[in-house]
Amino acid sequence: MLQIHYFAGVREAMGREREQIGLPPDVTSVAELIPYLRSRDSDFARMFAEYETLLVAVNQTVAGNEQAIADGDEIAFFPPMSGG
Amino acid sequence: MVHVSVRGEDFDVGGEYRRLCADAPGAGAVVTFSGLVRDYYDPGGGERVRELRLEHYPGMTEKSIREIIARAESRWNLLAARVIHRVGALRPGDQIVFAGVAAHHRGEAFAAANFIMDYLKSEAPFWKKQFTESGGEWIAAKGSDTESLRRWRETAD
Repeated sequence: MLQIHYFAGVREAMGREREQIGLPPDVTSVAELIPYLRSRDSDFARMFAEYETLLVAVNQTVAGNEQAIADGDEIAFFPPMSGG
Repeated sequence: MVHVSVRGEDFDVGGEYRRLCADAPGAGAVVTFSGLVRDYYDPGGGERVRELRLEHYPGMTEKSIREIIARAESRWNLLAARVIHRVGALRPGDQIVFAGVAAHHRGEAFAAANFIMDYLKSEAPFWKKQFTESGGEWIAAKGSDTESLRRWRETAD
């Protein structure tokens, strides 16, 4: 299972703050996870289209497309940060 | 000595300054920065902000602030650092962020405080939503904040 968290505008666009999904065997990286989520969930597809820049964190560290994903990982999607 | 706190509760600059001094015997310079909630943000059409709500990623926030401080420590000789970031509902004029550093000399203390604030704006998982009379709107990250980071990257050791 993957634990997926959504924050800020992404959370609002998804209509939920977290969910658990099963990890298909052919999804092994961020680059493979995103098309998978877009195809299985129209909320995700709509949200993804809305954001020019979407950040992803794997196990609480911001990750690039090449980042590997394994069962049990915590994934988060969010807009660029605006702290300070 | 490094102290990081993410919380709803307000802070007292005098108390934070005294703790920095106590954590850094022998320091010759202490720089503290306080950020306040402005009464307008862009975009927003000049409308007055009634409330600012700050959301964060609890598991990641403190860790990423500690990484930012560690990066500052690798560039300058810091004796102590303290960062407080508030979350939740705030109003214009409220204190939102505190960054304080103690060092031997003022040059490194000023530079490190500036560096920590620049990175805090773009690399710590906080998001601001402003509420005006017309409703709520997420504040987008500013291009100028990314520019500020480029300045540090270009001067990397």
